[in-house]
Amino acid sequence: MSCLQTIQDYGLRAIGIGERLLPREDFTLCQQFTLIGSGMLWNVYFGIVALLMGFFLATALAMGKASPRPLLRKPAEWFIFLFRGSPLFVQFFFAYFLFLNLKSVSPIFDPFTAAWLGALIVLFFNTAAYSGEIFYGALQSIPKGDTEAADAYGLSGWARFRRIIWPTMLRLAWPAYTNEAIFLFHATALVFFSGFPAWQQRGDALYYAQYFADKTFNPFVPYPILAFYFILLTLVVIGVFGFVNKRLNRHLPQTMRRKIRLRPNLIR
Amino acid sequence: MFNFCVDPSVLPDWQWMACYLTTGKHMAIYYSVFTVLILLAITAPLALAFGFGGALASRSHILPLQWFGKGYIAIVRGVPDVAFFLFFVIALDQGIEYLRHKTLCPEWSEPIRQGNDFVVCQAAKMPLGSAPQWMHETYGFALAVLTFAIVFGAFAANVLFGAMRAVPRAQLETAEAYGMSQRQTFWRVLVPQMWVYALPGLSNLWMVLIKATPLLFLLGIEDIVYWARELGGTKTPRFTDYPHGDWRMWYFLALLVFYLLFTRLSEIVLSRIMARLTKGQATAAGEAQRKAATA
Repeated sequence: MSCLQTIQDYGLRAIGIGERLLPREDFTLCQQFTLIGSGMLWNVYFGIVALLMGFFLATALAMGKASPRPLLRKPAEWFIFLFRGSPLFVQFFFAYFLFLNLKSVSPIFDPFTAAWLGALIVLFFNTAAYSGEIFYGALQSIPKGDTEAADAYGLSGWARFRRIIWPTMLRLAWPAYTNEAIFLFHATALVFFSGFPAWQQRGDALYYAQYFADKTFNPFVPYPILAFYFILLTLVVIGVFGFVNKRLNRHLPQTMRRKIRLRPNLIR
Repeated sequence: MFNFCVDPSVLPDWQWMACYLTTGKHMAIYYSVFTVLILLAITAPLALAFGFGGALASRSHILPLQWFGKGYIAIVRGVPDVAFFLFFVIALDQGIEYLRHKTLCPEWSEPIRQGNDFVVCQAAKMPLGSAPQWMHETYGFALAVLTFAIVFGAFAANVLFGAMRAVPRAQLETAEAYGMSQRQTFWRVLVPQMWVYALPGLSNLWMVLIKATPLLFLLGIEDIVYWARELGGTKTPRFTDYPHGDWRMWYFLALLVFYLLFTRLSEIVLSRIMARLTKGQATAAGEAQRKAATA
């Protein structure tokens, strides 16, 4: 079977298009590359959607945590503590069994037990909590002069937030937020190991990598392929976020611009 | 456990619960909490040692050693850790068996990789097929510890590398001016002073290490996650004296609370250590401490 044929058969296998049966023996390098790559679709999906939604919740959480009113501050603090203080892995398990229990209460919760929604919600809350903390830190370090200047110009309320506080917060938080985005993409690899079933063997990249490692007893091929894909993904994330970073800093003199520094990659 | 636990089906609720939570299998889950703590206790210093080695290697003036250190840090950081946990355990296991095979059975002529199988001679199996069960468990645990240490060692190496560079240059120059050799400067000036710069990163790492312990489950060790799934599942009266529905949700809630308490406790302890280390240091926090003490 030619490699092109394999790509046609398995290129979109992870989302249920193409050949149903996974290869069982005589695994070729091409098959491993194709299937693990098709699994990456899930990682990308989880990462992008959770990141986009999480961004807005994170802003809200940061504003809440910085608020002087306890009614806003306390829930935000607890939310952040809950999701930052416990392992993502346990959160996945808990959420899955919670949704299973809710399912018997009402059929509305049916889709929540599937990974595409259930795991997405956990990742969404998780990244919101981590980025919320990053944004909160940035909010605390906004130069006093900036807010004083905003006051002097007569800006207040929404306009002050939209034009001064928010852009400055983003600018200060962006390097750390880039790291957070990278970790989030790495964290998506946990999804199918944590209760959420891979329906009809439609799993993510790590799921297929493990499939090959289990079948061939040879970890030295599938995992480096997986590593290759993730490093590629990381480079794309750094590129996109670097572009945004440039835009956020475009009004500053060259030497004042904050470079994105890649911090150690951590699990949650 | 308690002497009223003879016939659980007639007990009132609280007694039933007391009996239920002290069955033999529940003892196993409490025991596995200790497994987690032991893992942390062994891995943390080991990872720190790996990190120290990695940092030293990437500071080295010998080029290949420097490449090795930098490569170690970069590769482990660039790839999801779960992948490493799954990879290293098989790779280490096969590596050890391969080496033993080469030394113990030199007359063996067949290839080790036969298609999809990894075949070594009986004497090279690790642990030996005849070994008792606890040997197998300990070996699995040791592999897990080593894997954790390799992965977290890379992060620690990165933190320590940064901390070594953060020590003010003037301190080292002073040491040189006093006539200390390079080795003396390193051990007597650089190392004692770097901890205050390393601690924020290391404490972050400690938190992450705590939160990585449930991944033991993926390494095939019967840890808390394994037991929570085992014990929480629906139990029918046919197989147990304590039948119940699907309680896995509550078991994982308990795990969640356990980890929250553990990280909170660590936060408090680490902030105390930080305050202690900051004492007398030439940093902003140290300056603030001095001012507070004199005021």
